[in-house]
Amino acid sequence: MPSIKRFFKLIVNSCFDLLPILVVVLVFQLLVIQQPIPNVADLIAGCLFVVLGLTFFMLGLEQSLFPIGESMANAFARKGSVFWLLLFAFCLGFGSAVAEPSLIAVAQKAADIAGAAHFIENNLEAKSYYALTLRLTVAAAVGMAIVIGVLRIVIGWPLHYFIIGGYSIVTILAPFAPAEIVGIAFDSGGVATTTITVPLVTALGIGLANSIKGRNPITEGFGLIAFASLLPTICVMTFGIVT
Amino acid sequence: MQWFEQFLAAFLETGRNVMPIVIVIIFFQLLVIRKPLPHPGRTLLGFMNILIGITFFLDGLNIALFPLGELMAKQLSTPEFLNLSDNSETTDWQHYMWVYLFGACIGAATTLAEPSLLAVAIKAEEISSKSINAWGLRIAVALGVAIAIALGTFRIVTGTQLYYYVIAAYAIIAIQTVFAPKLMIGLALDVGGVTTSTVTVPIVTALGLSLATTLQGRDPLLDGFGLISLAMLLPCISVLAYAQLAEWLSKKRNLNHT
Repeated sequence: MPSIKRFFKLIVNSCFDLLPILVVVLVFQLLVIQQPIPNVADLIAGCLFVVLGLTFFMLGLEQSLFPIGESMANAFARKGSVFWLLLFAFCLGFGSAVAEPSLIAVAQKAADIAGAAHFIENNLEAKSYYALTLRLTVAAAVGMAIVIGVLRIVIGWPLHYFIIGGYSIVTILAPFAPAEIVGIAFDSGGVATTTITVPLVTALGIGLANSIKGRNPITEGFGLIAFASLLPTICVMTFGIVT
Repeated sequence: MQWFEQFLAAFLETGRNVMPIVIVIIFFQLLVIRKPLPHPGRTLLGFMNILIGITFFLDGLNIALFPLGELMAKQLSTPEFLNLSDNSETTDWQHYMWVYLFGACIGAATTLAEPSLLAVAIKAEEISSKSINAWGLRIAVALGVAIAIALGTFRIVTGTQLYYYVIAAYAIIAIQTVFAPKLMIGLALDVGGVTTSTVTVPIVTALGLSLATTLQGRDPLLDGFGLISLAMLLPCISVLAYAQLAEWLSKKRNLNHT
């Protein structure tokens, strides 16, 4: 049974992945803070769950997310329609960000700050409207980011021009944006990159670079996530300046 | 029984979060590409595995690591632990060495357990035909995150502007992309977004918020932010540096041989 052997190998790997956190937590709790571990049974159960979770995730990754991303990239490349490819890229980015719990949390926090600072009326209705608009803005930004990233792979522009350009825009925008929003804007870049999106988008980029002639998958296949973490920052700052 | 209910609720929530992506994939696969998936059974099984995996993973983190991480972040920033008798001293940054050290260690450790980074590292190793080592890449990223959290907690303690740190990091990355080996630039710029995910974000946010709450004159709403953005930028720097170092060493070796 090769799959059972594979499963056990993955379990062992997952234990090694979790080990550093356990060591840090135990060393600091016992030696530095010098307090007992509050709930040993929960800690053991939780660690078992994390190891199992990582194992199932890695198993599923090889079975589904990587192959789906690459086979769809191949299919679009063979179809030769840039329009459908870009539409797919936008939907993928938008869809992955719009339901993301950490984005919902960040948008809510931003609305609270804006309410407390009297940018908007400090009531529930105005705040939830603000949070929803912000969420849709970021999701659209992530969608646009994947579109630009895919277009870059198709045409073959060098990545670092875009990144340096994006950095310059942020540098110029940041002094004009309200101070309350700057911290959130910088942090919002991390929200779109979830555990499901990252493998899917990475496989899409590499699959595209593989199926287009003259593209090297290492040099050109990466870079989609880089856009997805830069564009939301720009959009949230613009949003802060406009409202 | 309680765990089972929790598990079921978490499973349904994970399912709801990935729904939009599943709809997008099915829609494009059926209506635009108009071909069935190559291995439908295997893909479905894999997708179930991913959902089960994420649910277990999040549930385990919620049961064990998040509460403990939050508790420790709080304990490390209490005045009693820091040996402070007088409140006026609380802004002296040198009192907080254990906080920086804890931040650096927990940042590095959570990065090594981050599933999305694992996925990208495996993919990078695969397509570079093993010239990029998955563990090497993950350690370089972990080092970057460690420095980022130490620097970020220092920033919260001293109350300096986040903007300056970010601009400085931007400038370093921009210069590095000119000199670093072209092969690694895409990957290096990607890892920043990749590492700030399921494990790292909640623990690091808890650390920032509890630190900003404890310190006098810091507003958790304003000063608690920023750890994530540094944790996104510094791994780019460390991975680019790692690539430059590797290239420089191999050049030097070649010179010695000839």
